[in-house]
Amino acid sequence: MKHPIYLDYAATTPVDPRVAEAIYRHLTQDGIFGNPASQSHVFGRSAAQAVDKARAQVAALINAAPAEIVWTSGATEANNLAIKGVAGYYRKKGRHLVTSKIEHKAVLDPCRQLVQAGYDVTYLDPKPNGLLDVAELEGALRQDTVLVSIMHVNNEIGVIQDIASISQLTRRRGIPLHVDAAQSLGKVAIDVQSLDVDLMSFSAHKLYGPKGCGALYVRRKPQARLLAQIHGGEQERGMRAGTLPTHQIVGMGEACQWAGQEMAADNERIRRLRDRLWSGLQDISEVYLNGNLSQSVAGLLNVSFDFIEGEALLAALKDLAVSSGSACTSANPEPSHVLKAIGRNDRLARSAIRFSLGRFTTVEEIDYAIVQVHRAVNRLRELSPFWEKQQMIRNAHGIA
Amino acid sequence: MLYSDEIMQHFENPHNVGGFPENLSDVGTAMVETPISGDVLKLQIKVSKQGLIEEAKFKAHGGVPIIALGSWLTQWLNGKHLAEAEDIHNTQIAEALALPPVKVHCAVLAEQAVKAAIADYVSKQTDGASAEENLCF
Repeated sequence: MKHPIYLDYAATTPVDPRVAEAIYRHLTQDGIFGNPASQSHVFGRSAAQAVDKARAQVAALINAAPAEIVWTSGATEANNLAIKGVAGYYRKKGRHLVTSKIEHKAVLDPCRQLVQAGYDVTYLDPKPNGLLDVAELEGALRQDTVLVSIMHVNNEIGVIQDIASISQLTRRRGIPLHVDAAQSLGKVAIDVQSLDVDLMSFSAHKLYGPKGCGALYVRRKPQARLLAQIHGGEQERGMRAGTLPTHQIVGMGEACQWAGQEMAADNERIRRLRDRLWSGLQDISEVYLNGNLSQSVAGLLNVSFDFIEGEALLAALKDLAVSSGSACTSANPEPSHVLKAIGRNDRLARSAIRFSLGRFTTVEEIDYAIVQVHRAVNRLRELSPFWEKQQMIRNAHGIA
Repeated sequence: MLYSDEIMQHFENPHNVGGFPENLSDVGTAMVETPISGDVLKLQIKVSKQGLIEEAKFKAHGGVPIIALGSWLTQWLNGKHLAEAEDIHNTQIAEALALPPVKVHCAVLAEQAVKAAIADYVSKQTDGASAEENLCF
C-alpha cells in the first residue's frame, strides 16, 4: 500500500503508465516533436498523424466523428468556449441561459461573467437526491433562451443527470444543450448518437490522461455554432487557436482508448470497492450519504459526519488523501455550494468528506481507510462539546 | 491550509480534553462561538481557594486551529493565577502558535473563553470580597 492512500480520483488521476509511455514518445528529438500545423515536412506531418489518431480515439469513446472534436487545454477551457461561445454567437437572438446550482465553478463562473455582460441566467435547484427535475427545466425555458448547460456527473456527489431526457427537451425547443462531461467520460457510457447533445466538455486528467488537455465535442448534425474565444491561428477549424500539444493530445487519445476497453470491468470492480467502503462506515452513528447510490458513478462516495468539522476531519485523516468540498475550492472555507443546494444545513455541509476511488484502488486500501475513518471520527467526536451534549440527550432518553 | 508544527502537535495529541461538572462551586465554565467559521470552544477551569487555576479542560468543535488552541490554552492556564490568566491577549496566543492571519479569530475566541470562564467562576463565589482578593495581586 502506498501511504498516504490516494482516494481523490475525482480531483485528478495519475497518468496510466501506458499513456505516459505514449506521451514520452512525442517529446524529444528522437520522438515525434514537430508542430502538427507544419504540413511541409515529415516532422509536422507525423505529429499531425498522431493528433488525427488521438482525435479518432476520443471520438470513438463517445461515438462521434473525429471532426467533431476540438482540442482545448482542459474541461475548464472547453466550458468557457461552449458557454461564452454559444452565448456570443446567439447574442442577437436572446440573452438567457439555463443551468443548475450544482455545476462546477468552471460553468458557474462563465455564467457569472455573462451576467456582468447583461445576460440573464436561471439556476435550477436539484432535488435532495441531487437530480434535476426535467419538468422544472422545461418551465425555465424562455423565447430568449440561447443555451442550456447541465453537467453529466456531479464532481462532489457523483450523481448522474438524465441527459437523455434533457436533450430530447432541448432539441424539441431548438435550444443548444451543453453538457460538462468532465467527470463522466470514461466512467459512464456516452453515445452522442443517442444523447442528442450539441456540445460536451471533456478532461484528460480525470481518466488517467495528462493534465492540461481536454476537448469540446461540437455536433455537426445539426451544426452547433459558437464564437471562438482564443484567436491567433487557424487551428481546430478556427474554433480554437494555438499550436496543438501533440504529446498532451496523444495522452488524451490513449487514455480514451484504454477507458473504452476497460471501463466496464473497472466500473464493476470500483463499484464493489465503493460499496464496501460505504458499508464499512455504516456502524458510525450520525453519518449521512450525500447524493444517491442508485444514480451515481461507481467510484464516488460523499458522506457527512455530524458533530465534526470537515477541516479537522481531513487533518485527522492525514493518511488518506480525500477532499471536503471540491478540489478547486479547497482553499475556501465556505461550505460546498453543491451540498447546500441539495438541502444540507451548514453543519452537515461542512462535515462532508468526498472519497473517490479509481483504477488503482485496492481492497486493502479500502479496509485501511475504514479503520482510519473510525479512528478519526471517534477522536474528534470525543473532542466535541456538541457530541457530548448529543450523547447526554440520547442517554436521558434511554437510547443506546 | 498549512499549519505550524506547534499547532499540528497540539491537534494530533491534544492535552486536557474533557470537563468538570458545571455546578461545582470551584469551576468556571465558558462556551464561546464564532458564527463566521462555526468554531466553538468550551473551556472549564478549576480554581483553588487562593485563586490559582489547578486544572483546565476543554472541548472544541471546529477546524484544526481551535482544537490546537484548546490544548495549548489549557496547558498555559494550568497553575496560573486568575489575575495573570485574565491578562491574556489574543495576539500572544496567535504568536505562540504561529496562527495564520485568516485564523486569528480563533485566538480572539480563546481570549474570550478565558475571560468568560473566569467571570463565571467569580460570579459563583458567594463571598464577593475574597473573590476580589483573588483577582488582585
